[in-house]
Amino acid sequence: MVLTIAVIVAAVGAPWLSPDDPARTDFAQGLRPPATPGHPLGTDQLGRDVLARVLHGARLALFIGACTVVATAVAGGLLGLVTGFVERWPSAVIMRLADVQLSFPFILLAMTINVIVGLGLRNIILSLSAAGWVVYARVVRGEVLTVKERDFVHAAAALGAGRTRLLFRHVLPNVAPSIVVVASLQFSQFVVAEAAISFLGFGVQPPTPAWGSMLAESRDFLYVAWWLAAFPGAALAMTALGVNLLGDWLRDTLDPKLRV
Amino acid sequence: MRAYVLSRLGQAALVVFLSLTAVFGLVRLTGDPVLLFMPTDIQAKDVEEFRQRLGFNDPLAVQYGRFVGRAVRGDFGESLRYQRPALGLVLERLPATLLLAAVAVALTLAVAVPLGVISAVRRGTLVDHVGTLAAVLGQAVPGFWLGLMLIYVFSVQLRWLPTGGTGGLAHLVMPSLVLTAFFAARIARLTRSTMLDALGEDYVLTARAKGLAAARVIGKHALRNAAIPVITLAGLEIGQLLGGAVIAETIFAWPGLGRLTVQALLNRDFPVVLAAVFVTSVTYTLINLLVDLTYGWLDPRVRVA
Repeated sequence: MVLTIAVIVAAVGAPWLSPDDPARTDFAQGLRPPATPGHPLGTDQLGRDVLARVLHGARLALFIGACTVVATAVAGGLLGLVTGFVERWPSAVIMRLADVQLSFPFILLAMTINVIVGLGLRNIILSLSAAGWVVYARVVRGEVLTVKERDFVHAAAALGAGRTRLLFRHVLPNVAPSIVVVASLQFSQFVVAEAAISFLGFGVQPPTPAWGSMLAESRDFLYVAWWLAAFPGAALAMTALGVNLLGDWLRDTLDPKLRV
Repeated sequence: MRAYVLSRLGQAALVVFLSLTAVFGLVRLTGDPVLLFMPTDIQAKDVEEFRQRLGFNDPLAVQYGRFVGRAVRGDFGESLRYQRPALGLVLERLPATLLLAAVAVALTLAVAVPLGVISAVRRGTLVDHVGTLAAVLGQAVPGFWLGLMLIYVFSVQLRWLPTGGTGGLAHLVMPSLVLTAFFAARIARLTRSTMLDALGEDYVLTARAKGLAAARVIGKHALRNAAIPVITLAGLEIGQLLGGAVIAETIFAWPGLGRLTVQALLNRDFPVVLAAVFVTSVTYTLINLLVDLTYGWLDPRVRVA
């Protein structure tokens, strides 16, 4: 909880908290170790302040994570609702597609889509979403299949409620907790996947301060400047840890059934 | 049992066929596949010639039929970079990745399963808390960062291990550790929770009441029942493992399928990308088929179904 709040504060407050502009280069001050006056976490090969870049990286990571989670939750959730509710052949086709998509490793798929649609911030969100909707669709569909057979749904149908009304007023509120839980568990996966993809040279491109691309750049300086690799990665791990714990807690309180 | 195996084989074949279709669709998503398949510095008139030669002017159904027909015979086209059949390149790299994955799975079984069992049996003790903490941390630490830190500690500072490449056993240590970390963390947590459930069952109580030794109760009665969800998850997570291999191989310059895929993507060598994606999906499907077949061995009830 504290970790999550810390990361959110860092992300929102990045422009005020950073000691320096994350893009300002100063070759005279290159590769300074942590605790250099004016640069608490040191500087990189171009003399850019590491703390400022890590803080701005938090902004980007959370932004991408949030956009992707919302996009996948809405798209996957809707598909799950509809395919669970209407058992006709299009539903079967969609779920088969979902099965096939699950046979590709998530990160490989996101990366391939990313190369095909093009790199950059908007496209990485698009790629992660296209690769990530399946989980929601599966979970929500499974829930809908049981919820729609419950008595209150039959009762509402008997009272003459239309299908749209049934689906959104009666079924949706009952599956909503699952969507929230899956979203919180997926969030850190998306953040880490984005970093991994940017690390491999796709996704967000330098000089934008993304944790993944900072780590990629740090590889060349591992022998002389450990701090370039240590801090962005620690920030990433802390974010993932904080969000995971939050997700576990949400799952235990909202929906113990989902426990895997 | 035979009918079960046959039906699962049929399903696996269907998934493989559909994944082939998905791969075809993926490339057509972009509108003009010719531009994807060509080097970026190509001339406009060459584009048209290339389009004609590769048959992209034919109706989509014809193209699809031709694509599937070739793919079934193992022909994904030639690598634009190496001028060699794409599938051959991919299959050449597969053993290296499978070796890495096998070591990771073996390490996971050797470490994570006992850890999960001990945590469950000794619930609430220090061992349990340390184990759970390690598992939670293992899940949160990204593989590529762990890889960098391992290189820093063991290669840069201690100079014990090579930073990458292949050779002896020493080259295998860090990539497989990175691959194991995430996988083992998930498996340890799941083993713990399913063991806790199993230990609470009546048959465990009965076995204890009969006076069986604790080791036999835990190993034979509880673990065998707890194993099914663990094996299911392990099978499903093989996909993540193959994805993780992409990262581990890139960091440590391990000449496997993952690294080939990343390089092919960076070079826009799409025949290789398609073949690699296809082989990955087939590998995953086959492994899950094996997983499903082991159920019958673990749980006789499944054999009937």
